[in-house]
This record gives sequence, C-alpha cells and structure tokens, in this order.
Amino acid sequence: MTDLFAARSQMAMSLAFHIVFAVVGIGMPLLMVIAEGLWLRTQNPVYRELARRWSKGTAILFAVGAVSGTVLSFELGLLWPGFMEFAGPIIGMPFSLEGFAFFTEAIFLGVYLYGWDRISPRLHWLSGIMVMVSGMLSGVFVLAANAWMNNPVGFEMADGVITSIDPVAAMFNPGMLPTGLHMTVASFETVGFAVAGIHAFVLLRNPNSAFHKAALAIALTVGSIAAVLQPATGHFSAQHVAEHQPVKLAAMEALWETTTDAPFTIGGLPNATTETTPYSIEVPYLLSFLAFDDIHAEVQGLDSVAPEDRPNVAVVHVAFEIMVGIGMWLMGLALVSAVLAWRVRGVPTNRALLWALAFSVPLGFIAVEAGWTVTEVGRQPWVIYEVMRTADAVTPVPHLVVPFLTFSALYLFLGVVVLVLLKNQVFATVDNEP
Amino acid sequence: MVAGVILVALLVYTLTGGADFGGGVLDVFARGRTGGAQRTVIDNAMGPVWEANHVWLILVIVLMFVCFPVAFAAVSTVLHIPLTLMLIGIVLRGTAFVFRHYDQPRWHQSWSRVFALASVWTPFFLGVSLGAVASGSFRFDATNHVQTNFISEWLAPFPLSVGAFTVALFTLLAATYLTVEAQETGVREAFRRRALAATLLTAGCAYVSLALAASGAPTLFTDLTQHVWSWVFQAITLALGGSLTAMLWTRRYKTARTLVVLLVIAIELGWAASHVPYILPPELTLLDAAAPRNILVNTLRLLGLGSVVLVPSFVVLYRVFKGPRFWSLSQ
Repeated sequence: MTDLFAARSQMAMSLAFHIVFAVVGIGMPLLMVIAEGLWLRTQNPVYRELARRWSKGTAILFAVGAVSGTVLSFELGLLWPGFMEFAGPIIGMPFSLEGFAFFTEAIFLGVYLYGWDRISPRLHWLSGIMVMVSGMLSGVFVLAANAWMNNPVGFEMADGVITSIDPVAAMFNPGMLPTGLHMTVASFETVGFAVAGIHAFVLLRNPNSAFHKAALAIALTVGSIAAVLQPATGHFSAQHVAEHQPVKLAAMEALWETTTDAPFTIGGLPNATTETTPYSIEVPYLLSFLAFDDIHAEVQGLDSVAPEDRPNVAVVHVAFEIMVGIGMWLMGLALVSAVLAWRVRGVPTNRALLWALAFSVPLGFIAVEAGWTVTEVGRQPWVIYEVMRTADAVTPVPHLVVPFLTFSALYLFLGVVVLVLLKNQVFATVDNEP
Repeated sequence: MVAGVILVALLVYTLTGGADFGGGVLDVFARGRTGGAQRTVIDNAMGPVWEANHVWLILVIVLMFVCFPVAFAAVSTVLHIPLTLMLIGIVLRGTAFVFRHYDQPRWHQSWSRVFALASVWTPFFLGVSLGAVASGSFRFDATNHVQTNFISEWLAPFPLSVGAFTVALFTLLAATYLTVEAQETGVREAFRRRALAATLLTAGCAYVSLALAASGAPTLFTDLTQHVWSWVFQAITLALGGSLTAMLWTRRYKTARTLVVLLVIAIELGWAASHVPYILPPELTLLDAAAPRNILVNTLRLLGLGSVVLVPSFVVLYRVFKGPRFWSLSQ
C-alpha cells in the first residue's frame, strides 16, 4: 500500500464513517421537532414520549458525529497539508461559518437533551428548532467547501502562487447550490426511511401500538416527501456536473467517447483497458436529453482527457448506479405508501409494505455513501479540480498505513457499539409500551 | 489581531474544555466512600456542556488553517504522530462519556475506565504538541517548507514535561470548579483535597518544565528569564498560585475559582507573549505565516457576526444548567 493510497483510504474511511452521523444530525432534529410540535398542539402524550425516545438515540449518534468530525478537521492537515496550505484561506469562510453553526447546534442540543424538565415546553421546542436549523446550515457550509474543490473559483494565480482571493466568490461557487440541495434532501430521505423502517419492523411484531404508528407516520411522511423531491435535485446536480465537470459525468455514465445523441447507460461493468462497458443496457438519446435538455446534444466523453487524468470509471459508474437505483426504489416506496395511506385514510399497516420498509433501513445510507463515492472518486486525480493533484497534496509523513489501520479499527469498534446501543434502545421501546 | 482571537479561543477552550478533561482525570480518582457521588457531580457538570465546550478546539483549528495556513501545514506535518494520538483520545473520551450514559449498567465500569484514561491521554498529547511548538525546533527550507524527521521535535524531555503540566493544570481547574458545583459536604471535601494535590502537582510540573526549558527550549527560556516583563509575569503567576492554594486551604471556593481562572489566563498570556513575533519559533513569524490581508479582515468580520449568535447561546446554555451557586461570586 503506497502512502498516498493509505492517506486516501484513511480520508475516505473517516468521511464515510462521519457522514452517517452527519446525516442523522441533519435529519433527526426535524423528526423530533415535528413530534414535539404535535404534542404541543394536541397534548397527546404519545408524541412527547416519541420526541424523548428519538432524542436518546440522537444523543448517542450526535456525540460520535462530533468527535469523528473533529478527527476530519485535523486530518485535512495531517494527511493533506499541501492542499490546506493552498486552499485554507480560500475556503476559510464556509469553514468558519460552519464552526459557528456547529457551536449553535452543540449548545442547543445540550439544552434540548438535558433540558426536558428545566425549561418551558415552548422554549424546549424552540431549542429543537435551533438544533435543526444550525444542523442544516453546518451541512450546507461544509458542502460549500467541498463544492469549491469541484468548482475552484474566487482566486487568481500566477506561476502556481495565489495572487488574490475573493472568499465570498469561493464560497458561493457554482456547485454550492446543487450540492447543498441534493445532500440536504438526501439526509431527510435517508433518516426518514431509516426511522420509518425501524418502527415498521417493531409494528410487524405488535401491529396495534399507537406509539409506533405515530412514529411511522411522521418518519414515513418526511422520508416520502424527500424521496419524491430527490430525483429533481439530482437532475439539477447532474446538469451542473455536465456543465462544470464533464469528465466526472462521463465517468458516471461510462461514456468512453465524445458523442452526440448520447445514450444513457444502465448497469454494466466498465473496463478501462478495452474502454467498453459490457453487460450494460443503453437507452438512446436519454443522456444528451438529461444533461442538456436536447436529445442531440454533444456529451463530452472520457476520451477528451488523457488516461492518467481520468478517475476510476468502474467505481464511479457502479456507485452512481447504486445511488440512482436506491433513489428510484425509495421513491417507489414513497408513492406506494402514499396510495396505501390514502386508501385506509391513516397510517398504512399493510404487512408487505412494513416488510419493504424494514428492509430499506440501511438503503438511504448506502445511497449517500455511493453518492459521495461518485463525487469524490469522480474528481480524481485532482484534489482541487484541474488545479492541484491529490498526489501533490499528501503529507510527507511515512508509514501512513499505520494510522489508517488504527482509525479503521477504532471506527469499526465504535460502529459496533453504536449499533448494539441503538438496538437496545429500540427493543426497550417494545418492552415498555407507553 | 487574528492571533489574539485564536489565543482567546484557545483560552476559552482551556477554561471550559480543559476542565471537562480534568473532570475525566478526577474520574480516575473517584474512589472511596463518596466515589459514586463524585462521579455523579462530574457527570452532571459535564453532560450538557462538553460538546459545546469542545467546539472551541475546532474553532482554533479552523482559524489556524484559514489565517495561518503555512503554520498549520507545518504543525500538522511535524506533529502528525502526537496529534493523531490526541485525536484517538478525543474520539474515545467523547464516545465513552456518552456510552456510559446510555449503555447497560454492567458496562458502566468499562466505559468509565476508557473515559478516564482518554481524559488523561488527550490533554497530555495536546500539551506535548504545544510544548513542541514552544521549544523552537521547527526548521524551514528556503521555500518555507518544513524540514523534519517527524519525531525529534516532540519526543523530547521538554514537550513531554509540558504534556504532564497540561494534565495537572486541567485537573486543578476541574477540581477547583467542582468544589463550587458539589452540593454535599463530603464530596466537596474530596474535591478540595484533590484540588490541593493538583496545585502541588501543577507547581512541580511547572518547575520541571522550566528547568528543562533551559536546554530544551532555549528561546523560551531566555524570554522567560531575561526580560523585566517576564519576571513580573512570573511573580503574578506565583502570587496567583499561592493565593489559590490558600483559598482552597481555607475553603473559600468561589474566590479559589476566580483565582484558578486568572492563573490559567496568566499562564497562557505569558506563553503567548514569549512566542511573539513568531508563530513557530525561531524562524516562522506570524506575518510570514499569515493569509492575505483581505482574508484576515473577512474572518474577523465573520467572527464578530458569529459571536452575536454565539455569546447569547452560551449564556442560555450555562444559565439553564448551572444553578445559582454557579453564578454567584459571594461565598
């Protein structure tokens, strides 16, 4: 394992771990705020109990998210000092703002988790709203920094040295809006379906629980609305990628040659040596249409850059397929749930639907990981698109495989503990039905 | 100016987050008749606030890489190993604390142990890293690239002694705070004894660090012994430490708490003053390492804007969870 590969693996593993908790940190507060808001309106104690139970799980996940996020902020420098020395001042603005958003989130989460009996219900609910808003904002700020790596604007360079910086332009780079939108909706979709699936699973065992029905109703509604919106934000994102990062789009779609009337490739396993994608299905004209709203539009292929400037096409394409496939499945599930809910005029408890939801608990997270694989691997070999190569950003520290394996073991251990703790929480709710 | 803000953020982190680590150190010694009650006081004091306190460290890191990118890159290259070790401690401390809360009782003991050990481990490596920077061992080539073997800068007597000093100081801080927050006399007495022990330990570590600085951090040593201001500073620190011990001895806990805060401020200001005009002595100055001027100005504006939200939020947090005893200054 080369040091560069070890550093990339450590960064990828740390991000993949953290993102699960980041998504929960964005999605869960919305569910808790809805439940508590319903309690304030209806005074039905089931809703209050629900918000409390959800907040316990969130407390565990938020703590892991906070510390794994700290690890990332250090790893930027520990693994990529070349990148940070160059980019730190340029993307400092979203990072500073993220610092403040995270502060607010941590402060009000403390108030929310420990303040159930200390402040008035309305103030408590308001602190939940603060957690939700600041959680969303921290996500958007971090995504703005990441979007800049794909759309590096807001600075001028001469002979490899920065001559002037416009931090506002860098933060509001063209990728900020599509990335922020797509990921925020993804968080609600993922969390909505994960929570809905857990409660669906419990409902399969005791179908008459009012508590779990209420939980399912809230989570499934949030997840479904997000799942129906998500293809639109994804399309918006993809059109942005088509315009600003044509090589990434070509890798996503395994488009080897620049063509007009480009087809949309479904499935298959791209082969970089033969430059073909065997076992795939092609839908004529669809890629040109999706990317540029014109079935005859020319779409830039991988042949537009030298092989050493291409990302790993197989990884990017397969990850993209997984993300889109899961997105379609969840959207279908959302529509079926809506029809069933409309038919029974209430919470759908159809056993087939509950099984499908229970099966879908991890799917949103898998789609999020796949989506990040698309955007991160798709940017390679660049750390800053067409400005700095990943290989030039890596630290000179040797034996990077050691910290990679250490953190992998640590995170594996934490992941197992978190799963066990959450399992205990869920089954505690079965045994002590309110 | 920005360096000043970073210093303030680091200071607040020491005073709040540092005390949370100190609380964990005290968890190690929470034994005997009141051991369980001591743990409860530590738990209640930390529970709602440690995550917010922890964000100060992230703010310091972000300000470092935004405003002093050259120094950030150099520090994270040279100190890769101690910083990584510190990170592992941060992860284990935070998660063990929360897991202890939510896991089944039969695992409490194990999580407590992880929490306590990580609370010693983490500030130790934070101190080692700061000590390595202060020792003036960073060397740069002509293009401002740091030259290092990744080990000799921090694996030396002086940085290690600063690590021990940091642990002792954080423990002193936490024990003194907890004498105010504890409600029961027995528990309060236990924290008083631990605070008194920590004053001795902190003073001892400070003395050893200073002695080692003569060879391990020559520029720092010169600054601390050759200038008039530094003697004044040392006299102030000594006076604060002495009166802190006296207040703890005579059980005037509120005054002791004020004094321990002043003591930490004095120590950090002295440390910072000995650094100026360098960020990484003895070669890299603050000016050399700084980002372009418009970035610094922009960051200061953001900080001003952010504190409009941040300060009232912190007041809310501490108001909700720290009772009237915490806020009043009278005995």
